[in-house]
Parts: sequence; structure tokens; C-alpha cells
Amino acid sequence: MTSSAPRPISLITGASRGIGAACVQQLQQAGHQLILVARDTTALQTLAMPDDLVISADLTDESQILACFRQVQQHFGRLDHLVNAAGMMQDSALALTKSANLAAHFQLNVTATFLCCQLASRLMLRQKCGNIVNFGSKVGENGSSGQAAYCASKAAVSGMSKALAKELGPQGIRVNVVAPGFIDTTLTAHYNAEQRAQLTSQTALRRLGTAADVAAVVGFLCSDAAGYITGQVLAVDGGLVL
Amino acid sequence: MQHQELQQTNVQKLQQAFATALVVDLSLITDDLAYNSIPQWDSTAHMLLIAELENSFNLLLDTDDIIDMSSVAKAREILAKHGVAFG
Repeated sequence: MTSSAPRPISLITGASRGIGAACVQQLQQAGHQLILVARDTTALQTLAMPDDLVISADLTDESQILACFRQVQQHFGRLDHLVNAAGMMQDSALALTKSANLAAHFQLNVTATFLCCQLASRLMLRQKCGNIVNFGSKVGENGSSGQAAYCASKAAVSGMSKALAKELGPQGIRVNVVAPGFIDTTLTAHYNAEQRAQLTSQTALRRLGTAADVAAVVGFLCSDAAGYITGQVLAVDGGLVL
Repeated sequence: MQHQELQQTNVQKLQQAFATALVVDLSLITDDLAYNSIPQWDSTAHMLLIAELENSFNLLLDTDDIIDMSSVAKAREILAKHGVAFG
């Protein structure tokens, strides 16, 4: 028996690696038709299914974000899910952090996320339903020494998402935040064995997280099972205590 | 479709988009109708109006355009800038 329901159309930013790439696999398995967005087109093409759309874009450039969503509009005419997985993290002590570093965190982690939400919501408004998953962080909620710029940007994502949940909820659009703990990806590849052991000991489940752990929760939020969840920050941290 | 017919169709599409988004009668949609001049055209309706116009004319507007869209006449002007013919 075949289903007459159209396949969900989902856009994932930062789709070329790490958690974003894991989200690609998760949503492909769930039958979504995807728009994969990142700078690294080669990596995206290795992940994309034949009917997925690959868009190369630098999300720190507003004009490229607009061009990306114009392409989505022309190609699909609608959007069901947005997963804002693009992000950056650079550890730096307060005294050693330049304002340019702070600005760079905000440009990608906050401004790009904001603009993607703005454009995606306009496509979702047409069908009066949709779902947005943004990425916060455990450290954005609890703080972490040497990560003030990153923590500030991720806390901003949480605040923004809670506001958007209230603004877009009446139009049937859900907005939630996934807040990973320590996840073993290229973003955290610079952590040494001692730091990893320390973080493992602080984690109730006594293991570091994987991109697949996070993608599973994103998959849930992008399903009908999460249809009554909005404005939430869901920690995926194995019980990490900071 | 002839150019004049297309222009006429676009006028109708514009009026219908406004009427649908603001949930008002078509007769109310004149060039003078302005943002916040009637209770139905508030900030929430403005968001729906933009989505309706973008859907009707298959385009994606700039944020500056959305902020500038303060009346029906202004909407025509902005859409014309994006290649929609009104005559």
C-alpha cells in the first residue's frame, strides 16, 4: 500500500558534517526530501539522495541565505521542516577574546539562524504549519569557562527560539531548541584525552555523545509525534553536569 | 496571455491576496488602504499578507520590501520592482 501524503520537505543547514550530516541520514531514513545546505558542496553531494537538493551557501552572507531560500521556493514552493545545524565554536578565555571573534560567533550561530527562521517561516506560513529546530548548547544554558562568546551566542539562540515559538505558534509553526552536551564531532576534535575523560566522568551515562544521539532527537522533533511540542530546549547531554 | 490581460490578472491576484490575508471584502482593497488603518491589517496579518503575496506571485521579498509595504499602492510598486506587471 502506498501513502498519498506528500513527503515532508526539510532543509538542513550545516549539513556537510557532524550533527548536520547525522540529521541528513536521520531524516532521509524517515522519508523526508531534503535540501542540504553548507559551503562544502562535495561533501553534500556524497550525502544527498538523487532527489535531494544541494545548495552551496556561506551563511555568514545574508544575500546567499536569501538566494538559498529563493531556490527552495522555485524548486519546491513549500517547506515543512528547518533544521539550523550550522554553527561554530572557538574556545577562548575572556581576556584573549577579540570582539571580532564574538561577532563571528553571533554572525553564524545567531544571525544566520535568525535569517533562516525568518525566510523559512514565510514559506511555512503558506500552509499554516511547519517546524523549526534550532541548535543551542548545554553550555549556552549552564555556562562554561573559556567559552563566553560561544555560550553567549547559544543562549541567544534559546531566547530567540522561545520568542519565535510564541510568535509563530498561532500560525501552526513549532520552534524548539536541541541543546547538545559534549558531542564527539569535528567541532570538538581539539579536546585532548584528559579533557574527554573529565567530561565523561561528569556525564551520568559515562560516555560522550555522538552525532547520531542528537540526530535521533531532531528526527523526533521533525515527526508528527512531536506535534504538541514547541518553545522547548531539549538537552541531549547524557546527564552532563557542568 | 496578452500583456493587458496579464496586468489585469495581476491586479486581481493582488486584490485577492490582500482580501485573503486580511480577511476583508474585496471592495475594501483600494490603493489607499494602509497598514494599521484597519484593525484587520495588524502585524500578524502583515506576516500572512507577505506569505500570500509571495505565494501568489511566486517570489521571495527582501526584508526592506516587507517593512516598506505600508499600503496597497506601495505593494504594487514593490511587486513591480520584482517584475510583476500592473500597467
